Amino acid sequence: MSVLDHRGVSRRAMLKGGLAALAAGPVLAACGVNTSGSGGKGSVSFLSTQFSPVEERQKYEATLKKFAGDISVAYNPVDTGVFNTTLKSQLAAGKVEVGIAGGLHGDLAPFASQLEDLSSLMNDLSSAGYSKDVADLAKLGTDVPRYIPWIQATYVLAVNKKALQWLPSGADVNKLTYDQYLEWAKAAKSANGRPVFGLPAGPKGLHHRFYQGFLLPSFTGGQITTFRNQDAVNAWTYMRELWANTNPASTNYDFMQEPLANGEVMVAWDHVARLITAVKDKPDDWQMVPAPSGPKGKGYLLIVGGMAVPKGSPEKDKAFELIKALSKPEAQIETLKSNAFFPVVKTDISGDLPGGVALEAKAVKAQQEASDALLALPPVGLGDKDPQVSQLFKNCFQEICLNNADVKATLDRQGAELAKIMDTLNVPCWAPDPKASPCKVA
Amino acid sequence: MAAPADARPQVAPAGPKSGAPRRKGNSAALLLIAPSIVFMTLLFGWPMVSGFLQAFGGPEGLTTANFTRMSQDPYFWSSVGNTLLLIVVMIPIQFVLALAMALLIRAKPRGASAYFYIWAIPLAVSDLAAGLVWLTVFTDRGYLNSLLASVGLQPVAWLAYDNYPSMFGAVLIAEVWRATSLVFVIVVAGLQSIPKDYEEAAGVFGASFWNRLWHVTLPLLRPSLQTALILRTILAFQTFAVALALTGQNFPLVVGETYRWYTGLQDPNVASALALVVMAVSMVTAVGYLKLLRDQSEAPQ
Repeated sequence: MSVLDHRGVSRRAMLKGGLAALAAGPVLAACGVNTSGSGGKGSVSFLSTQFSPVEERQKYEATLKKFAGDISVAYNPVDTGVFNTTLKSQLAAGKVEVGIAGGLHGDLAPFASQLEDLSSLMNDLSSAGYSKDVADLAKLGTDVPRYIPWIQATYVLAVNKKALQWLPSGADVNKLTYDQYLEWAKAAKSANGRPVFGLPAGPKGLHHRFYQGFLLPSFTGGQITTFRNQDAVNAWTYMRELWANTNPASTNYDFMQEPLANGEVMVAWDHVARLITAVKDKPDDWQMVPAPSGPKGKGYLLIVGGMAVPKGSPEKDKAFELIKALSKPEAQIETLKSNAFFPVVKTDISGDLPGGVALEAKAVKAQQEASDALLALPPVGLGDKDPQVSQLFKNCFQEICLNNADVKATLDRQGAELAKIMDTLNVPCWAPDPKASPCKVA
Repeated sequence: MAAPADARPQVAPAGPKSGAPRRKGNSAALLLIAPSIVFMTLLFGWPMVSGFLQAFGGPEGLTTANFTRMSQDPYFWSSVGNTLLLIVVMIPIQFVLALAMALLIRAKPRGASAYFYIWAIPLAVSDLAAGLVWLTVFTDRGYLNSLLASVGLQPVAWLAYDNYPSMFGAVLIAEVWRATSLVFVIVVAGLQSIPKDYEEAAGVFGASFWNRLWHVTLPLLRPSLQTALILRTILAFQTFAVALALTGQNFPLVVGETYRWYTGLQDPNVASALALVVMAVSMVTAVGYLKLLRDQSEAPQ
């Protein structure tokens, strides 16, 4: 899974950035920038797919400085492609320079057998209180922990308080069902004369995660195995109706915080990191709430990042020490405050958080602890086929919602394509699908 | 007896004699063009062959699966349709505009060279930059909607997916603005190579402006127009950054799809299949133009 999945930039910013990068390239090359970020002898090289934007990187480096003690750390955030090739080539050459590899669950999964067994570290951290789901994930399908959980995030709804007046009677905004959500969208549309619910369906938007982790699990209890069954047909039929009551400009939205902030949209689902700017300035005007529940439960997608130590890593002891330091509740809270990623350890996060983050924290907790919560994961172990699998979900949206194609026929067609990809990959299923190996489309 | 015997050796060397200089000439010519042959093979031939192999390549040898995958993608046919529609509408507009601009320049108004440079500016602007410039105009809170709001009109979502005509119009305007200058420069150069005498003669015989344009200038401009037409059409098949900047994926074009398959979906095989389609269509178009616009007076020769 790419870092862009939740920390991407808007299309416009991306294009502007591209232009700036083109201009900056030769200048930087002339300066001789060190891209390996080794930071000199004795320091721990921390290769990561997270916190790449300069501002986020600086904030995280400050956190590292605060908690690393006398360990010197070279924090080196790169995109997923570079992360893969760096790690792959160093492991293949038997000359590992990376001290700690930090990435999302899906980034680390392909390296499971080449990562150190972190059982001893996990024992030391036993009092940290990792949730069972997260601790199981950290084993990456093996018998022992391969990474120590580092950060987590998810997706929630941001609600402008003005929109609460159109809630259907008897509905609790914190415990919505998908039917109530649709009723609400319809009522808000008729009151405003235009749809005011939004979805990040732009080219860099993460709407595929909505289908993969929220809508489909809630309706079908699965993601891949149930891709084209009757429950999925119901889910996509629902989606078509929801789309009819969603702001059509959504196909231009990459981040929901922009349309939320300027009032084009009043209720939106998105990644917490892509909502924070809208709510942080005027937290009193906003409410953050869990995603709705469907017939099979409250499907929600959990994004987990971990810190792993590649086999043959230099400065292994220091790496272990650093991981321990970063797993302390204070370090985790600091990451939440500065970079808006949530702690994976048990800690009280109700303290003095910035307004926007406090709103998010409440929604994330409510979503995770809901009695009908149904954990889903972004695809695991798909390697370079990951974008194509996600594209199939986006294709369903394109066909069913935008082109008004027949739901069953679309799911059959896209499902056949998905089945072909899953057959070549031969990987086990991930939550919420039952852990059958290999994972197949029914 | 002796004569024929003498004659034979005389005839025999004549063959090599007459052939030798030609062969020598051939090898010298071959030597001279050898660098460009090597260059073309390495720079164009090899990528083309590897492109072919990639387009037909799969895990189990040669296959047409990539083309099937390509044609079944929900964006493929709409991208083909959009690309063709854009070309059919855009090229005539560009030619009329470029011709008008070139004729204006030829009339030598005051500051003609200043006009020339101003009209040629878009040549120097990258298509992505042009797309971004026009995005600030057409976006929901862009200059155009600000203008509409300031005169009390309702803003329009020009680039919304369900507003196809305005989306198409925005891409068309941006692309016409960006790419007409290429045609303009070629036409100006063509006009300059036509001796004034022809038109003056036609003028003496009382031909009107439109008659002179239709019967004298345009036929003499044919080679320049042909070049411009081929160049412009092939480049129009490659339009993508302007549409990407303006509409994201709401208005897919074939080359944009190639880019998406290559970078976004990380499938170079399907991307190559799409690239082959673009190449095939470009070649067919170029040959078509060459046949269509062939000078009929030269044809029998």
